[in-house]
Order: sequence, then structure tokens, then C-alpha cells
Amino acid sequence: MALHPRAASVPAGTPTRITQGSMTKGGIGESTLRPDGTLKVTGEFAYSSDMWHEDMLWGHTLRSTMAHAAIRSIDIGEAVATPGVYAVLTYDDLPAAMKNYGLEIQDTPVLAHGKVRHHGEPVALVAADHPETARRAAAKIRIDYAELPVITDEASATAPDAVLVHEGRTDHHIGHVAHPNIVHRQPVVRGDADAAAQRADVVVTGDYVFGMQDQAFLGPESGLAVPSEDGGVELYVATQWLHSDLRQIAPVLGLPEDKVRMTLSGVGGAFGGREDLSMQIHACLLALRTGKPVKMVYNRFESFFGHVHRHPARLHYEHGATKDGRLTHMRCRIVLDGGAYASASPAVVGNAASLAVGPYVVEDVDIEALALYSNNPPCGAMRGFGAVQACFAYEAQMDKLAAALDMDPVELRQLNAMEQGTLLPTGQRVDSPAPVAELLRRVKARPMPPEQQWLSADAGGSSVDVRALPGGLSNTTHGEGVVRGVGYAVGLKNVGFSEGFDDYSTARVRMEVINGEPVATVHTAMAEVGQGGVTVHAQIARTELGVSQVTIQPADTRVGSAGSTSASRQTYVTGGAVKHSCEAVREQVLEMGRRKFGTYHPAWATAELLLEGGKVVTDGGEVLAPLAEVLEDEAVDIELEWRHRPTEAFDLRTGQGNGHVQYSFAAHRAVVEVDTELGLVKVIELACAQDVGKALNPLSVVGQIQGGTTQGLGVAVMEEILVDPKTAKVRNPSFTDYLIPTILDTPSIPVDVLELADDHAPYGLRGVGEAPTLSSTPAVLAAIRNATGLELNRTPVRPEHITGT
Amino acid sequence: MDFLRPASWEEALAAKAEHPTAVPIAGGTDVMVEINFDHRRPEHLLDLNRIGELSEWQTGPDTVRLGASVPYSAIMENLRTELPGLALASHTVASPQIRNRGGVGGNLGTASPAGDAHPALLAAGAEVEAESVRGTRMIPIDAFYTGVKRNALAPDELIRAVHIKKADGPQQFSKVGTRNAMVIAVCAFGLALHPGTRTVRTGIGSAAPTPVRAEAAEEFLNAALDEGGFWENGKIITPSVAKQFAQLASGACSPIDDVRGTAAYRRHAVGVMARRTLGWTWEQYRDTGRTLEGAA
Repeated sequence: MALHPRAASVPAGTPTRITQGSMTKGGIGESTLRPDGTLKVTGEFAYSSDMWHEDMLWGHTLRSTMAHAAIRSIDIGEAVATPGVYAVLTYDDLPAAMKNYGLEIQDTPVLAHGKVRHHGEPVALVAADHPETARRAAAKIRIDYAELPVITDEASATAPDAVLVHEGRTDHHIGHVAHPNIVHRQPVVRGDADAAAQRADVVVTGDYVFGMQDQAFLGPESGLAVPSEDGGVELYVATQWLHSDLRQIAPVLGLPEDKVRMTLSGVGGAFGGREDLSMQIHACLLALRTGKPVKMVYNRFESFFGHVHRHPARLHYEHGATKDGRLTHMRCRIVLDGGAYASASPAVVGNAASLAVGPYVVEDVDIEALALYSNNPPCGAMRGFGAVQACFAYEAQMDKLAAALDMDPVELRQLNAMEQGTLLPTGQRVDSPAPVAELLRRVKARPMPPEQQWLSADAGGSSVDVRALPGGLSNTTHGEGVVRGVGYAVGLKNVGFSEGFDDYSTARVRMEVINGEPVATVHTAMAEVGQGGVTVHAQIARTELGVSQVTIQPADTRVGSAGSTSASRQTYVTGGAVKHSCEAVREQVLEMGRRKFGTYHPAWATAELLLEGGKVVTDGGEVLAPLAEVLEDEAVDIELEWRHRPTEAFDLRTGQGNGHVQYSFAAHRAVVEVDTELGLVKVIELACAQDVGKALNPLSVVGQIQGGTTQGLGVAVMEEILVDPKTAKVRNPSFTDYLIPTILDTPSIPVDVLELADDHAPYGLRGVGEAPTLSSTPAVLAAIRNATGLELNRTPVRPEHITGT
Repeated sequence: MDFLRPASWEEALAAKAEHPTAVPIAGGTDVMVEINFDHRRPEHLLDLNRIGELSEWQTGPDTVRLGASVPYSAIMENLRTELPGLALASHTVASPQIRNRGGVGGNLGTASPAGDAHPALLAAGAEVEAESVRGTRMIPIDAFYTGVKRNALAPDELIRAVHIKKADGPQQFSKVGTRNAMVIAVCAFGLALHPGTRTVRTGIGSAAPTPVRAEAAEEFLNAALDEGGFWENGKIITPSVAKQFAQLASGACSPIDDVRGTAAYRRHAVGVMARRTLGWTWEQYRDTGRTLEGAA
């Protein structure tokens, strides 16, 4: 990897002195190691599924075997009578008036009421003294279902006589959708696409299909609920946003929020799949009912039903260009399948619509995005969040357009690339660096990986290493039928929560002297899901407070909300909150110093003062006092909220509005080798260039980019939840048949990190986690198309799509 | 569920006679998955792990007697020369951890058409040593697979070993999966040249209700090779012969559409693998010096 210094042409944008980092070891900009890294690699890290409590019971969820059915009756008699069973709960046992939950729309029943709307919907709960007892008791619950017709696609959802997935909708989107089976619809219209189309010398259209991807985090949904003496409950759980969970859990339990105390337990990955609740309410209900601690752990099979997936999508795109390659207009229609419950669908629609144009300058656009209600599995947040599906389609379009114009596909992209100052179709001006053309230049300029790496000459003749070939150790080719292809893609992603959401975070920072050493303690509710926030928070505290010892408190609800660990936002927003609180602590410490020592040295009043190496120093480097002497036995302890710039809602008819906080960009070049006879693909290299504004922890940044790239590769060539179109049942809820890349499928991923500061962001940083997931998939598809000459308008590509059999 | 732990083979046979529905377990890589997902709930599990001889093998003049529990990793490491097709197939079994636990006895016991060992066993030629308190019998591999996940074992019988013909010529194994490692077969193909008998044998996995040989393809190829004097003159097999062989191999399939692939793709892929494995083995037979790294 190469780290590039801030480009000279870009104004330095960091509002604080980054040089402090270099004075205090382990500050920002250093690749400090994760505190949990060794524990995770050696298997010693305690995940939420490892928790244990004396006298605890095991909870189990009974889920529907039908995708859409009325529940005529539920007979729990035999289950309750099973020895070892402590409680069996159904809808009728819910204690409060509120019986639903949801991120935005409270349309999801805690337990099914009257009907089930998707395969695997929770219907009943069992608590028993052994997980197997709970499971067997649940199997004895008799449910009488009356099957209903299933809604599985746009045609069946919007047919005039379509069964309504949700009757009597009262949410705030119902007023602007054409059919109650549409969750939300967002047009984005700017200029006059019809008129502009007249100027086009070339027009290309395409219909694209994006399959349903799963987050496939390795630590399944799990947690432990412990009833407390005050009638409340302590919940230890792996989640992405403690306070969002709390807001949804407490009303269903009939408890005030302060009686539901949540602590983050070890999270084994998230990728959006833990934004919605899974076992949280269920475990609390069982714990409150039985008066005993209740643990719930999904197995892999249940996990596929326990969280939302990435929206599958159908996209229609039209692009026009003049013969010199300038885009004239773009029209598109994006239909996302949200499944049975709303989850994050409205926000995903907003993202898909507002980012549908990609990182290109197009003045005349006509965009429509919508999400359906159906009886398919519920879909919601996943890394890339609506921007992924759009990028897959518009990047295929750019290649199609380049072919029609007989232009180099990278040059066409560069010619139309947006930059700082570009006005987006939403009317929002991009007011920080947008090095789209440069990112493409960098991946294109990389040397190509050598050809035929599977061949090597040795004493006995030539030898073949099948690991370097499509099929790998399955030994399907020794080079026969193998064709190389190269493809490029670049994407546009927003950072942070958008559309007017009050996207704040909270940090509590304490500074005190322990054993003669100044120590900072950082307490936030940020969910560490693997992204490295705990590392970065300590780095920020060291940089801002000049201490070497930083304690990161476990995340819980004793401190204010940190917002979600998603939308590439935590380093920006909670990092920003930690920085903000550190600055307030620093001011207070300096004020204490002025009071104590101000009369001894004029610099206390006149110089700019910093905290470095455990001391108060002037900006000229003169030491005024050790922090230990300033603080003595006093502690400074401050909890503050911090907000980024506000955003605006998109106009419901035109999509106009300053809807996003920040944009992020990544470009990929994929080099693949395709066995064209068997349709098997080996991705040889996935080079990435990404602008991160400022790499607070360069090692973590590269890790994020490589992880996002690999997740994008997965949905290019293998990852898909298959749903039977007749029954809406999931066909492959296991890691036997839902495949994710192994290390042999993961190519070399050289990463080129740019640091062009965004003046509006803390330290100039730009959210990293999602952008690489966007462009990775279309780059791989482009490379496969390049190798095979096939159109391939669907992802993931399966072998039979390439062989035509 | 009772867990029976016989200390010897004789005890195991007695236990199986007493409890014919007992499910034998060695590596547990199939059985434990079934139990964990509650796909089956046997009354008795018969643990064979205390019987050390099941993890041993003996190499005789013509065959290898492979204990039922010899793990795939041991086959890869120790039997590449004698059983090259099976060693190649072993490489494709799941992950290193599972290859350290699982063995051919389990593949045969489960008799799934997707078991990776089957095509190699069919191509090499093998007999299953089945034993009960009533005695021992040798079941030819061609007669072993009787239906989807069904085999020729009697309820009181256990698999003690597999007697596999030592390779007298080149062998190959190919498997299509939609991932480059750790993948269940979409379909698989094994091929063995037997210069001693001037015959070619094949095995197809995951493309029919049971593992099968492509008999018509074998017969056609045997005749064509014989007719052209190929075994003696070592000439390159003509593309038309290879093509016909591939077509007949495809024709031996009776696959289904499922989540892993379509029937049409399976037929097509078996043909491609048949043509390629024939090319590789024949090239090896002609002694071009080509070797495989990373494979067996």
C-alpha cells in the first residue's frame, strides 16, 4: 500500500493541530494495533454467544414455515407441559400496548399476530433449562396455518387485486406511493431528460438484476437478558446501535427506557445486519416472565432468518452521450424488494435515488427508486445501502456506452467524472475533494499481474499449480478454456445518516491522575463491530490530550447515543464526538493550570497551549507543567454531544435537497480469469484506489478497503440467498449453499490510499467502510464480460450464465 | 440417544447386531451435521473412534486396503502414488479441519451422490469390506450405491475397509463447485486409465441419484482405443473420439435442477470434465513429464 501526502492543490482542511499526533505516541495517523486483535485470532475473545450466567435459561424462537399465511390457532399445551420448560410465549402474552417495532416504521410484530408475512417469521418463544429442550418443546407447538397468496415481485405486488402485505398503513409514506405494497418511492428529477436525449448521438439502455446478498457475519445473533430487582432488565447483546435498540425494546416491554440497561457484548461482524432487532425483545420477554437470566443464540440456519438482507433489485437504465463521449442524460428506474417489513427500506430508497447517477456529471436526469412490500425475506441495511445496486447498473452502462462510442471505458468515465464543485442531480454541490478521475487513473496505471501464473517451468518440464486457476483445488482446468479479462468501476457513496436525520453522537471523556500518570478514559455507546472504533478513539484521546494511557470503557446505555455503526459514519461522528469532548476536557485542564500556575509564568496567559507527552506545553515547545501537577487529585469529566452539518430531506416529487453529509469514492480494477467452458471464475487481482480524507489508522483503513472489496467480490460470483418464486421460501439458508469467498477466492488486493482532506470533517477524514463494496462488484462483472463477450446483466454470475446451459 | 463406545471391532459388530438402527460415527463430519440440524435423531450412536485399526491401511500387491476411518489428509499425504484419483478427490473435500476428521467410510456410509470419494472409487475399481457378526463380504463398488443416500449394507453390517485397486496408470479427478475451495460438488468426474487391462473406467458424482459410471462412454472409448492401437502406439486421442466420449459421459447423467446448479449445466460440465480428464491422463500416459503442483 502507498500512503500519499495531502495534495498541494487541496487546501489543508484540518481544524486542529495534527502535529500533536506525532508528539504523543499512538496518536492519530499511526497504525496502532487493535486491542482485541490477538484475542480474536487466538479464539479467546468473548463473543456475545459465549456469555454465561448462573441459573440461566435458554430461549428459542419458533418461526413460520410459510411465507404468507393466516394463523387460525396456536396450541402450546404440549410444549408448556414439557419437563424443563419454564415459559412459552405468543402474541397474547405481550405485556404492553405496543406490540410492534421497527427502525422507522413500527410494522414488525414482536411475535406474529393473526398472520405471518415471510418465511421464518417469529411466532412463539420458549424458555427451557437446556437449548435442546427448548428446541424440542417449540417443535411441539401446533400452529394451524391457512395459506395466503404470496407477493414476490413488482407485478404481483402492484396488481389491482394484489393482497396487501400490510393493511391499514398509517406511516408517513403511504400518502405518496401509488400502491400500499410500495413502502416508499423517491424520484430525483433535474433538467429535462427528454430534451437532452434529443442531443444524444448514442443511447444505451439496459435491464439489470441484483441478487439478494446476506451480511453473513460470522458471529450469529445472540445475547443474554438478566432480570433486575427493580423490575427492569439488563441486556447484553451484539448490536450496531444500542440506543436505537433501546428505543424499540422498552415500549414493547412496557418499561421506561431507564429500566432497560444495555451493554454491548462481543460482536462478530455486522455489515448492516444488526441494525434491526433480532433476539433482543424475545430474550427480555422471557427473562421478565421467568424471573431468570435468558440466553439466546441463533445457529447459522436461524441466522439466515434472524436478520434482514441486502435488497435484491431490478434496475432499468438509459444513458445518452454525444459522439465525443459527454453524457447528455440519464434515466433510470430502480425497484428494490424490501420484503415483508419496512426495516431500512425508505432510507435505502433515498440512497438509491440520490446516488443513482454515480460519480458522473449529468445535468438532465430522471430517476425513480422505490421499495416493495412483498412476502420475500425482509431486506434492509447492508454495507453500501442502496448505492451498491445502482453502481452495479450504472457501471455496466458506462462500459456499454464506451463500447457503443468505441471509446476506452476508463477515458469515458474520466471525461464525465464529477469533481469538487459538481452539482449533483439532487441540487447538492459537492464541496470537498472528489478525485474520481484520479482514482481511475491510479488503478489503471498499476502494472498488470503476470499472465498464466499457474504455469512454472521446472526440471521435469512445465508444471501446473491449480490453485492459481479457476476451480482451484477442484482441478477442473490446467489452462484449457481460460481467458483473462480486465474491468474497471468507480462508485459514489454517502457517509453518515442523510435526509435531515439528527445524526449525532455522544462521548464522555475523563482525565485524572492514576499512580502519578495522567490517564484518559473514553466512554461512548459506539458499537465496535470490527471496524476499529475502539482503536481510533484511543488514538484521538492521545492526540488531543497528550496522554499515553487511554482506557476505553465498554459501550452501554449509561452514556448518550453514539448513533449507528453503519453508513461509514463512526470515525466521523463518534470520532468527532470524542475529539469534541477531549477539546472541552483540555480547555478545563488548561483553565485549572492557569488558576494554579498562571501567576508563575506569563505564557499561561499569552501562548497557545497544548497537551503533549503528559505535560502542558506552549506551541513553542516550552514545558509549563506536568499534567499530574495540574490535576493532582481532581478529575475532569465531560460528556458532550456532537453533530455534523445538518442535512435536508429530499423533495418528494423532485428529489431536490442537500441530503447528504459527505461523499466517498473508490475505484477498482479487476483482473479475472474465466474458464469459459465451465463458467468458473478466478479473480486474480482487485486493485483499489480510495480517498479517505485522512487515514486515522492506516492499517485499519486498508483492512476496511480489502474487506469491502472482498464482500463486493462475493456478490459478483457466488453470494445469493435464493428464494423460491412460487412459495417465497428461502432455499439455501446454510453456509453449504450460501457461499462466501474463502482465502482461495480472495485475490491480491493492492490498495492505494489518497488523503485529500474534507474541511468539514474532523481531521479532514472521509468515511471508508462502504465505498469499496460498491465498485468491486461491477469491476469483477466488467472483467468477466471482457473475458467472455457476454452481456451478463445479473449478479451474482453463476457458471450456467457463462456457459449458457 | 445412547452413545455406544465399543473398544474393539468385535464389540462394534456385536453392538450393531444388537442395535441395527445404530448410526456409526467416526469423524462425524456428516453425522454431526445431521444431528445438529435435527435431520435425524438416531436412538444409538456407535462411536468407532476407539478402534484404531480403522485408521490404518495396508498396501498389498494389487490393492490398498484402506481402513474406513483413514482421514482424507492421510490419503493425500501417503497414498498419492497408489491412489492418485482418490488423493486428488481428497484434496477437494471441505476444509483442512474436516479432511483431518473425515474418511472414505463415512462417504460410503452416507452414500450421498455428492460425496467426493465416489467418482474416484468407481474409476479406480474397489470393493467394500462389509462385516457383521454373521461374517464378512466384499461388495463391488459398482453394486454398492443403491439409491439416493442408500447403499447395499445390511442393517447389522459395518464398513471395515475399502479395497481399492492400486493405480496401474494415470488417474484424474475434477469437481465443479461455485467456489474455488471448500465447496460441495455441483458435479464431479473421475477417470482412471488401466493399461494393464487396456480399459478406462469412470465415475460421475452429483449428476444422478447415485454415483454412477459412464458405462457407454467407457465402452465406446475402450473400443476406439483398442481399434486404433492407441494403448500400444501412444498416439494423441483424436478430438472426435474425445468429443464422443464427452457426449456419452454427459448422457450418463440424470441430474436435477437445484440450488447448486441446473441439470443442463451439470450435463454440460460432466462432458467438459470427461474430455479434459481424458486428455490429462492420456497425456500422462504418453509420458510428457507434466506434473501437478498443489494437487496430488
